[in-house]
Amino acid sequence: MAATIEVRNLSHTYSVGTPFQHDAVKHLSFTVERGEFLGIIGHTGSGKSTLIQHLNGLLKPTEGDVLLDGESIWKDKLTTRAARFRVGLVFQYPEYQLFEDTVFQDIAFGPKNMGLKEAEIRQRVLRAADFAGVDRSVLDKSPFDLSGGQKRRVAIAGVIAMEPEVIVFDEPTAGLDPAGCASLLENIRAYRQATGATILMVSHSMDDVARLADRLLVLNKGQVEMMGKPSEIFTRAQRLREIGLNVPQVTTLFLRLKELGAPVDPATYTVEDALEQLLRLKGGGRRA
Amino acid sequence: MLKDITLGQYFPGDTVVHRLDPRTKLLLVIVYIVALFLCKWYVSYAVALAFLALAVALSRIRLKALFKGLKPLIIIIIFTALLNLFYSEGRVLVEFWIFKITYEGIQNAFFLVLRIMLLVMGTFLLTYTTSPIALTDGLESLLSPLKKIRFPVHELAMMMSIALRFIPTLIEETDKIISAQKARGADFETGNIFRRAKALIPILVPLFVSAFRRADELATAMECRCYHGGKGRTKLKQLHYRGRDVIALLLGALLLAAVIVLRQFAL
Repeated sequence: MAATIEVRNLSHTYSVGTPFQHDAVKHLSFTVERGEFLGIIGHTGSGKSTLIQHLNGLLKPTEGDVLLDGESIWKDKLTTRAARFRVGLVFQYPEYQLFEDTVFQDIAFGPKNMGLKEAEIRQRVLRAADFAGVDRSVLDKSPFDLSGGQKRRVAIAGVIAMEPEVIVFDEPTAGLDPAGCASLLENIRAYRQATGATILMVSHSMDDVARLADRLLVLNKGQVEMMGKPSEIFTRAQRLREIGLNVPQVTTLFLRLKELGAPVDPATYTVEDALEQLLRLKGGGRRA
Repeated sequence: MLKDITLGQYFPGDTVVHRLDPRTKLLLVIVYIVALFLCKWYVSYAVALAFLALAVALSRIRLKALFKGLKPLIIIIIFTALLNLFYSEGRVLVEFWIFKITYEGIQNAFFLVLRIMLLVMGTFLLTYTTSPIALTDGLESLLSPLKKIRFPVHELAMMMSIALRFIPTLIEETDKIISAQKARGADFETGNIFRRAKALIPILVPLFVSAFRRADELATAMECRCYHGGKGRTKLKQLHYRGRDVIALLLGALLLAAVIVLRQFAL
């Protein structure tokens, strides 16, 4: 697999030269493979939001560089603008960015800015609406008449409609009820499967990212604390707790079981995996 | 970015000027402004300047910060200076084409520029040394006699406090919306003036929607805490005049008296 995104020695300092000057991220380096699902976790103020705004060129690095397919997004103005469309960014509470008269027009805002033809825009909007779980019957309604959850789906469709190679989600499930969360995450998973897009997802919920992500990036105070497969990351529960993070509930349980002497894998992080191990433990390997 | 704008110009501190009652400071600024407009000649301007210099020295506000406040006014200052320079009648010093510079013109220009600068720096000193909340409290208290003629003083002060409180919030919100629309390829930097104005719609609509939502939520929260206007409402922080306020007000009175007397002698 080839690296789609490469972040090289990225640093960003806010309010340079004022008393409020502070480093949000310091010397970050990592790569994201094509088609990968990367979970980004970190405590509030760990630099997650600052980092993701660098990926599509909204923020310019104070130091270091961001590369898309091996090419710096800051090479020239055109490349930077192209990066906006190649890397889609879904902000936290994206429903607050809706502004058009109809849902259709709002989803079409991105593709329109790309300068696409009418027919192509129409196609993309319909496709994006399906992926994001926006019912086609609401396309002619005002986005302000929808419920909170629906609004969020419309906003997500607005980014999907640009058909970016990479989509970055910042806390996509914040403020949704459990059923809404699960169904939105399922939409994201299905979208990835259908398009092969690279997905980056910032989340507070360890359970969510553990289930979906191929790899996890743990940020602490603007620096990379750990990066690796969820199974590797969650074995270091102690360190995660030290930096104000948690491990999935299942992992907490299995760490405790291991402490009590049960022959289980402490890096278990999915319910299915946990069930299998428990059944094996109970029935000596017998499983229906 | 927008974050770098300093709107709440308050510089926290613990000097005599900071501790003065906000009402005293408001009154002093009014007296100071009146005095400035009564100034006629070098001597009276010198007195006003001395008064300001004393206040600045006591407040320990750096001169750099005060001059920074003058920056946005540079064009107005230059414009006034030029107008006065060229359009005053009197003894002609230089004359070319349709322009003539008179001795009186130079003098008028100098005094006017000095007056504007002293005026702006004086009012900036007020906002630099008084927190916005203290300022609205002071204003409410000073205007309270107007309640007799049913002027909604409390409501006005409350509106001001709420507006001040939400300025940073709205700036942050605007910043977020701009980023979000940029992420969808919105372009605010190119095109002619009409295109740019149109490009603001994706920012303004969400901003208004969110401002109304916030206002609605705030209204509910206030009603939940039984807010029903200013009648019978007490304050956590009562304003009290102290010795230093008396001294400051006396100094203000002295300034006004001095300028009026000097005016009689055309000084």
